[in-house]
Amino acid sequence: MNKKIILSASALLMMSMAASAQIGKPYIHDPSSIVVCDGKYYTYGTGGGGLVSEDGWTWTSLPREARPGGGAAPDAMKIGDKYLIAYSTTGGGLGGGHAGSVVTMWNKTLDPNSPDFKYTEPVQVAFSEMNEDCDAIDAGLLMGPDGRLWCTYGTYFGFIRQVELDPKTGFRKEGNVAKDVAIDCEASTMMYRDGWYYLLGTHGTCCDGVNSTYNIVVGRSRNPQGPFYDNVGRDMLKGGGKMVVAAEDRAMGAGHFGRFIEEDGVEKMSFHWEADLDQSGRSVLAIRPIVWKDGWPVAGQMVEAGTYEIESVRRGYALELSVDFQRMNVARRGGFGAPATDEPEISIPNQTLEEVIGSWPTGNIDVRANDYMSRPSQKWVLTPCPELGATIAGPYYKITIAGTNRALAASAEAEVITVPEFTGADEQLWRIDQLTDGTFRIMPKAIPGCNEKYALVSLGDSSPTLAKFDMSSDNSKWNLIKRK
Amino acid sequence: MLSACVLASLSTLSFAAKKEKKVWNETLDKYFTQIEATEVAPDAEGFIRRWNLLEPISKPNRGNTVFVDSYVRDAFAKQYFDGQMTIMPEDGQKVKVVEEVEVVEKGAPTDMRRMMGPAKIEEVKTTLAWHALDSKLFNVKIFRFAEGYGRNHYSLICWGVTVINCEEDMTVRLAVGSNAASQWWVNGEDVLLLSNDRRMVQDDCVSKRITLHKGKNIVRGALINGPGMSDFCVRFLDEAGKPVKNITVSYK
Repeated sequence: MNKKIILSASALLMMSMAASAQIGKPYIHDPSSIVVCDGKYYTYGTGGGGLVSEDGWTWTSLPREARPGGGAAPDAMKIGDKYLIAYSTTGGGLGGGHAGSVVTMWNKTLDPNSPDFKYTEPVQVAFSEMNEDCDAIDAGLLMGPDGRLWCTYGTYFGFIRQVELDPKTGFRKEGNVAKDVAIDCEASTMMYRDGWYYLLGTHGTCCDGVNSTYNIVVGRSRNPQGPFYDNVGRDMLKGGGKMVVAAEDRAMGAGHFGRFIEEDGVEKMSFHWEADLDQSGRSVLAIRPIVWKDGWPVAGQMVEAGTYEIESVRRGYALELSVDFQRMNVARRGGFGAPATDEPEISIPNQTLEEVIGSWPTGNIDVRANDYMSRPSQKWVLTPCPELGATIAGPYYKITIAGTNRALAASAEAEVITVPEFTGADEQLWRIDQLTDGTFRIMPKAIPGCNEKYALVSLGDSSPTLAKFDMSSDNSKWNLIKRK
Repeated sequence: MLSACVLASLSTLSFAAKKEKKVWNETLDKYFTQIEATEVAPDAEGFIRRWNLLEPISKPNRGNTVFVDSYVRDAFAKQYFDGQMTIMPEDGQKVKVVEEVEVVEKGAPTDMRRMMGPAKIEEVKTTLAWHALDSKLFNVKIFRFAEGYGRNHYSLICWGVTVINCEEDMTVRLAVGSNAASQWWVNGEDVLLLSNDRRMVQDDCVSKRITLHKGKNIVRGALINGPGMSDFCVRFLDEAGKPVKNITVSYK
């Protein structure tokens, strides 16, 4: 009995780990933004080389020549049909010299096996002299909405600086003067959203393994060149910055932010953990949802294995099996028509699965949405299944009624049902994305006989179905509420 | 990314006491001005830019992660010079200091390999001078101060003192950001400690409510850093968290 409990607990822990960490060999330091090329995901790190992934979650190493030049902390972006890579040829170093150099180079493809794979000669776009309060490393790139290309760089040794590049050539724009935009941080980059330019930097201690206090902060400005202020009005030139992501329970040292926009409402941030305790304390790639809260980006959370209410944002109703509502036989106390009593208070147990499961059909059961009443037919166990595939959002999940193997599934009619036993079929696996507003999108891995990319959608208040995802509609969104 | 931040280099220390009465050079001129007026106001954001700074004392540290609370308190509790917690120095006043230096054996590697081995530390006596300066920036760049006065700009302890003049008693808080760790005293009372490998951030740490008395108030600070940029910024905040500006600053 005890052994069973221990096994069960460790299995849960493994599932939880799998939900939060990239898998494969995601070993990297100072990762660039993730870029897609020919359906594969790429990121590059310090020292050369990088990582590649077919699904965005399972990563393997690239050969060193995939990003030549050595040096530190690259960034990458696609401009037109080409890829621009920026990196520093120097390595920085608090105790070493602070003469730094940032270069850019192009490639038609990121696939080292492609006949088109060939980098252009690197061109210096920024530098720092020994006697400057700046160390030109850690390049970050942003293409603004107006087509202007910005590059920020620098480290703890003084200022983060910004230069403008020519998006056609990747060269420094003629006559451009480097501008100080932040101080005492590193791994800077920028992003744009809703009229705001965001400057991100990494604070804390780098490169100290499990003791690294690295954390990512942000300030924002209406002007691409700043000043960038944090949430309390502090200029990043005075050390300001609002926290975006810091350590988690099993991973420390979040640094080197990169933004990945998959589609409207679905954004991810990439960064590294200086140390992942579940991966030997190695520096690894991490991906988290970006949630925008009051105009500020914060790291969303991977959905942990556990029991949840799946609540529609449309109405606030809970996803449940379409089965008879089973009343709890507890006498009413107080309220209209109920006699007052002086009896002592007692704790009444919840309705149990055993009390109701006998009344449920044994075959497929439809689902609907209804008032949440903490009933067994409304409690869903979400379990990551990394062995059955993943996306950049994380592993696919099986969604089962607590205490059973009854699984949420997509039917051949593109409706949502439950099947009595989870088999691992694609239509029983679900991709779960935390959206930019903090709610969730729930999508089947496959719909039998249907190639549409559908998500779980509230057709009516009580009627869930599978339909096209629409970020502008609450019909497409769900809340996941942890339940016992 | 700072590949060399944990094991940072320390150059061999060599700093004979300057014979010149007044050292001034391009580095100092870029970051500081020599004091002209007796008293000045804080800057527009309340930052205290006027300080009497002692040329940095050598304190070898190959990384900054050692600066836990107890380390910092112990480092500043140690006496490096007479009157450490009471002195109100004149500009240019010299003090005899006992400091630690890393001894580099003849033939030892000059690159990172040396940092991998144990450091051999010796105590030596030297003479250092106080310099009354106004920072041109809101923050005081100790790194450049050290460089300007020919001192090693890494692995240092820097003491500073300033005088806050008030027309009446004021309840305020001392707000400090420092790179790396620092400790601060107001009228002899220990009011603030900034520990760990810390960056200079405006209002990073703020003291409990303290009273600045009518007349002169002495603010004393000490900063410690291993490798990297050393600097600090100091201001007082009122009950609403707004900068205190109805004060003046002098160095004696």
